[in-house]
Amino acid sequence: MASTELTKSRADSVWRQRLSRWDVKASPYLYIAPFFVVFTIFGLFPIIYTAVISLMDWDTIRNSGEYIGLGNFEYVLNDRKFWVSLRNTFSIFILSSIPQLIIATFIAAMLDHHLKARTFWRMGVLVPYVMMPVAVALIFSQLYADSYGLINHWLGLVGIDPVQWHKDVIPSHVAIASMVNFRWIGYNTLILLAAMQAIPRELYEAAALDGAGKARRFFSVTLPQIRPTFIFVIITSTIGGLQIFDEPRMFDSAGNGGADQQWLTITMYMYNTGWGELNFGRASAIAWLLFLIILVFGLLNFYLTRKFISSDKGGE
Amino acid sequence: MSFTRRKKVLSAAAGTAIFALTMAACSSDDGDTTDESTGGATAEASDEAEGSGDPVSLTLATFNTPGFSNAENDAEYEYDLIEEYMELNPNVTITYDRKAESGDARENFFTKLGPGGLADVEMVEVDWMPEVMQYSDLLTDMSSADVEGRWVDYVEAGATDADGRLIGYGTDTGPQGVCYRASLFEEAGLPSSPDEVAALLDGDWDNFFAVGDDYVEGSGGAAFFDSASGIWQGMTNQLDVAYEDPESGEVIALDNAEVKANYDQLMAASATQSSHFGQWTEDWFAGLSNGAYATMLCPPWMLGVIEGNATETDDWNLANVYPNGGGNWGGSWLTVPGNGENIEAATALAEWLTAPEQQAKAFANAGTYPSQVAAYDDPAVTGAVNAFFNDAPIGEIFADRAQAVVPSPYKGEYYFQVNDAINNALTRVEDGTDDPAASWDKAVSDIESIG
Repeated sequence: MASTELTKSRADSVWRQRLSRWDVKASPYLYIAPFFVVFTIFGLFPIIYTAVISLMDWDTIRNSGEYIGLGNFEYVLNDRKFWVSLRNTFSIFILSSIPQLIIATFIAAMLDHHLKARTFWRMGVLVPYVMMPVAVALIFSQLYADSYGLINHWLGLVGIDPVQWHKDVIPSHVAIASMVNFRWIGYNTLILLAAMQAIPRELYEAAALDGAGKARRFFSVTLPQIRPTFIFVIITSTIGGLQIFDEPRMFDSAGNGGADQQWLTITMYMYNTGWGELNFGRASAIAWLLFLIILVFGLLNFYLTRKFISSDKGGE
Repeated sequence: MSFTRRKKVLSAAAGTAIFALTMAACSSDDGDTTDESTGGATAEASDEAEGSGDPVSLTLATFNTPGFSNAENDAEYEYDLIEEYMELNPNVTITYDRKAESGDARENFFTKLGPGGLADVEMVEVDWMPEVMQYSDLLTDMSSADVEGRWVDYVEAGATDADGRLIGYGTDTGPQGVCYRASLFEEAGLPSSPDEVAALLDGDWDNFFAVGDDYVEGSGGAAFFDSASGIWQGMTNQLDVAYEDPESGEVIALDNAEVKANYDQLMAASATQSSHFGQWTEDWFAGLSNGAYATMLCPPWMLGVIEGNATETDDWNLANVYPNGGGNWGGSWLTVPGNGENIEAATALAEWLTAPEQQAKAFANAGTYPSQVAAYDDPAVTGAVNAFFNDAPIGEIFADRAQAVVPSPYKGEYYFQVNDAINNALTRVEDGTDDPAASWDKAVSDIESIG
C-alpha cells in the first residue's frame, strides 16, 4: 500500500517535471503566437493574396479574374508614369530625409545641453507631429499657391520671381518635402535625443580631458554612440519616405500628381490605378514592385549606415 | 481623376442658401398644397409596396449636400424630406448616411457592390455613372409606368443600360449658362447686361472665341475665360461620339477628328483668352474675386461656389445662353442595389424623393437643380431668383438651359481615363510645360496605353 503510493507520487513528480520542462520550452512560443496569428491574417494573407491578384486581370466587384501571367508587371514596367513616379518618390525622399535627419540630429544635440525649461522645448519640437498630415498639406498648399500664395508674395518682396510650385518638377518636390520635414523633424529629434541621453557622461569627460573640443566630441563620441538608433531612424524614414502619399495627394485639389506627373509618387500611382481606374490587378503589381524596392533600399541603407557610421570605431 | 472636383464645390454650394432664402417667400404659400398632393400619391405607392404595412428599416446613402435632410448640413433647411417621408409612412424607419464627398461614396460603392453591404438606396454621381453602368446587372431595374417621362431625356438616358433597364432615378442635374463679370465686360467695351451678353454669345464656339478675342483686345490683354479644362468639358459633352465607340466600347479618341479639332481650336484660343489657372486651384478661387478672368461656364451649383469665393464683388451675372446649344455638368441618381433586403420599399423611397415636388424642395434647401420635367413648371423652381447674381431669374434661366441640353456622348469604361489624359494635355500647355503639339503627343501615348 505504502509502496504503491510512493510509486504513484514518483510518477506524478516525473509528469510534473516533464510538464515544467515543456512549459519552459513551449511557453515563449505560445506567448508570441497571438502576434503571428494576427500577422498571418492581416499581414501575410493580404501580401500573398496581392501576389495572386497581381497575376490576374482582376474584377474586384465581381470578385473574379482571369490569369494573365506577368502581364500586369510588364504593363507597369513599360508605363512612363511608373518611372516618373519612381523618380519623384526618390527625389522627394532625398529632399526630405537628408535635411530632416541632419536638422533633427542638430536640434537633438542642442536639446541635450542643460537648457532652462527643458521639458517645454523638448515637447515643443513634437507639436507639428501631432497635426494631421492632411491639415498640414492643406495649409501648406495655400502658402504655395503659384500666383497669389504667401510664399511667392514674400519672394516678390525681396525681388525674386514667383516660383511655379505646381508646375515645375523640383519646386513641387521642395514644397512637398517641406511639409514632410515640418511634420517629422520633431519626432526624429526626440528619438535621437533619447539615444543621446543614454550615452555615459564619462565618455564626454574623458574626451574633454584629452582635449577634444565640442565638435570633436560630437563627431567622435555622440555619433558613434547613437549609431543603432540612427540606423533605426534612417530605415523607418526610408520606409515612410518611399510610401509618401498624403502630402503629394493633397498638394492640389485633383490629387493626381500634376498634369505632367510632376509630383506623382508610387503610392499615388498605385492608388489611382486601383481606386481610380478600378484596375486592381495592375495596382497589386505596383504594390509588389514597391515592396521589392523598399526591401532593397532598406537593406542598402542598413549596409551603408553600418559601414559609414562605424568607420570612426576603426576596428571594423 | 476628377472625382474630388466637386468636393469644394458642393460644400461651397451651401452658400446657395441665399437664394433659398429668396425663394422661401414664394414657395411657402404653396408648400401645404404640395404636401397634400404628394402625401396622397406616396401613401398609395407605399401601400402597394408594403401591402400589410409591416415595419421596414431603410438605409439611404448620399454625398455632398443633396438637400434631403437637416442631418447633412449645419444650416437649417426649410424642409426635411426624410422626416416627412417617415411621417407619411409610419412603418418606415430611415437611417440617413451622408459622405462628405463624391469620391468617398464612389470608393464605398465599388468596395461593397459585389460582396454586399451597401445601403438600400445609394446615390451615384454623373462622374462615375459610366463605371456603375458596367455593373448595371447588380442593380435593381427601377423602370415603371409611374416614372416614365419624369426626367429630361439625357438624365433618363444616362441611367438606362444597353438592355433598356432603368437603374437610377435622377435627382439633380447641371444645365449650364454663362457667368460673367459685368464691370469687366464694360471696361473692355462690350455690352454688359444679361440680355445683351446672351445675344452676344448666342452662336457656336467660333463665336464664343471671337467674342473672347474682342474682350482680350478691349481689356488690354486680360483673360476671357477661367480655364481650358472648364471649356473642354463644355465642348466635348456636345459631341455625339467622343472617346469610345458606342458599339464596341473601344477607345477611338485618337481616330476621332472632332476631338483633335476641338483641342486645336481651344488651344489656339486659350493662349490669350485663358487665365491659365487649373480649376479648383487656390489661384483659380482667388481669380473669382480679383478679376483674373471674366467668364465661366456655369451650372446651377457653380453659383454657390462663385458667391462663396467672391463675396467682395457685386457684378457677377448669369446670361441665359450657352455656346453651340446646351450642356450639362454634374448631377446624380438614386440607385437600389440588387442584393438589398427591402428592394420594393427602397424603390418606393427613391421614387418619392425624386418626384418633382420633393426635388423642388431639395432645390429650395440646397440649390440642387431638379432634373424632373414637371419641376420646370413649378413656381417654387421657376420663381427662384439669385440675389448675389444681381437678381438673375435662375429658375427660368436654368429651365431654358435644361431644355437645350443635348444627350452627352457615349461614356464607357475608359471615358474618364481618356478625359484625364486630355485634361492633363490642356493643363501642360496652360502651365507652359509643353507646346500644344508636344503635349498632344504625350496624351497620345497615355491614351494608347489605356486598356
